[in-house]
Amino acid sequence: MTETWTYGPAKPPLPESTSVLRERIPGWGADLDPKDRPSVPKLQFDPHLSGAHWEFPERQPEKWPRERSIEHAFLTPVFGTSCPPRGLSGRIRRLAYARYSEGRTAHWLLLLGADRVDTLGSTLWSFASRHPDNLLTETGVLSELSHHGLSSRLGRKRTDTIHHPLDPLIVAGPWLLVAGVIYKALRRVARTRTG
Amino acid sequence: MRAMVYRGPYRVRVEEKDHPAIEHPNDAIVRVSRAAICGSDLHLYHGMMPDTRVGMTFGHEFIGVVDEVGPSVQHLQVGDRVMVPFNVFCGTCFYCARGLYSNCHNVNPNATAVGGIYGYSHTCGGYDGGQAEFVRVPFADVGPSKIPEWMEDEDAVLLTDALATGYFGAQLGDIAEGDVVIVFGAGPVGLFAAKSSWLMGAGRVIVIDHLEYRLEKARTFAHAETYNFTEYDDIVVHMKKITEFLGADVAVDAVGAEADGNLLQHVSSSKLKLQGGSPVALNWAIDSVRKGGTVSVIGAYGPLFSAVKLGDAMNKGLTLRMNQCPVKRQWPRLFEHVRNGYLKPSDIVTHRIPLEHIAEGYHIFSAKLDGCIKPLIVPSA
Ligand SMILES: NC(=O)c1ccc[n+]([C@@H]2O[C@H](COP(=O)([O-])OP(=O)(O)OC[C@H]3O[C@@H](n4cnc5c(N)ncnc54)[C@H](O)[C@@H]3O)[C@@H](O)[C@H]2O)c1
Ligand SMILES: [Zn+2]
Ligand SMILES: [Zn+2]
Repeated sequence: MTETWTYGPAKPPLPESTSVLRERIPGWGADLDPKDRPSVPKLQFDPHLSGAHWEFPERQPEKWPRERSIEHAFLTPVFGTSCPPRGLSGRIRRLAYARYSEGRTAHWLLLLGADRVDTLGSTLWSFASRHPDNLLTETGVLSELSHHGLSSRLGRKRTDTIHHPLDPLIVAGPWLLVAGVIYKALRRVARTRTG
Repeated sequence: MRAMVYRGPYRVRVEEKDHPAIEHPNDAIVRVSRAAICGSDLHLYHGMMPDTRVGMTFGHEFIGVVDEVGPSVQHLQVGDRVMVPFNVFCGTCFYCARGLYSNCHNVNPNATAVGGIYGYSHTCGGYDGGQAEFVRVPFADVGPSKIPEWMEDEDAVLLTDALATGYFGAQLGDIAEGDVVIVFGAGPVGLFAAKSSWLMGAGRVIVIDHLEYRLEKARTFAHAETYNFTEYDDIVVHMKKITEFLGADVAVDAVGAEADGNLLQHVSSSKLKLQGGSPVALNWAIDSVRKGGTVSVIGAYGPLFSAVKLGDAMNKGLTLRMNQCPVKRQWPRLFEHVRNGYLKPSDIVTHRIPLEHIAEGYHIFSAKLDGCIKPLIVPSA
């Protein structure tokens, strides 16, 4: 029989009837009527529903030049003030916003690049501060010991364990890179001294 | 105050940070009592989201107590217990006036293609989030709601995103009575989408993942039929086999940018950042649904392009529906469902982690250790 359903007009029957489902599953069909579904239809015009007592909000003061998408007509009246752009990464971010719209790949690649520069710079900088970065505690890997790292992975049918070994590489990669560069530089200095 | 801060991919720590200030007359400051880590936070944590700055505090799922209000705040008072939707929104722009709170145009200068989200990179507005002792909540008269007396804290915190999003995802599927629904992903969002599909009258709900302990939860909590995709050579063919070769009426992508199941797709997006997200689950959804069916996308993707099988979607005449969830719009109806006992969101909470140990919380949730489904964060325990 299998072949005939899809190749004929009727819908295949369900394994359970709706009366069985209603019994088995609490609330089955409570929102059967689309009128009871809050996001149906998608657009529901009601400018007063939200509780706002403004038509256009007051403007939050701009305490430093706030970067914004060039697809906006102006700085939005409210915005986040976390982490103002700084240093080289900040310069790259400002360029990404000033020059490229969200439609351009360059916009996003510059921002991702700035993120990497930010991480590297902030990590190096932290060693000169009272709060140096600590790979062991910041990655939370110690929880591998306290929270069954091995038994959560071994003998399970999960597929993500194949790429878990890449994670430490992503974290430690930039460090190894810097260590490598320093090592080479030191070796060169040593060679020129002895040579 | 103590707050989680991002230090770079796979690295977070807790630091002493300035107490947030009222920056706009309609701001409030909320003292956080419970927060959560979301699957979306993993995209930030893995360094996938452009403009995620070192020093930012994450956290878009939180509840707490109002600690301070700006001069124009009318609906909230100091001491109110509030739940805060993950969306920052103004209430009156073109989009908010039509109920699209997740697409607000007045809160995110950094991008027009996404609204404002607490603690979710500068691409989503540059707001510090709620994995901290205190958080700035803009548009206090519009976003937060007082937590009903009868509602428990752990249910309330799940209503700020995961439950609302799963419920919204089921609505995007346009489920009709007796429809066959496949939900990809048995994380918090997928579990709630599966459970909500029944409320809309689904006739059969199937959940796909590769984590057995989550599939187990899908069976017990969401009453779903489950399949582990690693047990099948080709999960799409298996979906055809179990639906009389028709395919499902509706498929929900509750996985998003870091989908597994295809190493090349996963590594090129999650590790190398060469595409906005790994569309493995989305492509499976497109291929598993019947012609003329609907694919609901609530899994999140980055702003770069992704290798999506649009040709199949087009040739099959599919309807693709998607959005960030406009959370507050879901609440009145969801409050009823929680009160009636149809939904018990806190059933999926597996871990309660003190803020000071948040780095471990991120690792456990990211590496899926210790049967973790939903970790909550408890500030100043
Ligand atoms: N639209 C919104 O408003 C909104 C809100 C919250 C979360 N999200 C997004 O929803 C997604 C899920 O969130 P979550 O908190 O449940 O995350 P999660 O990481 O806990 O869950 C994702 C699940 O998908 C599974 N998975 C991986 N590859 C799969 C595949 N190919 N097929 C089936 N399952 C697969 C994983 O094993 C995991 O169980 C994320 O992308 C998140 O960003 C969107
Ligand atoms: Zn979320
Ligand atoms: Zn708005």
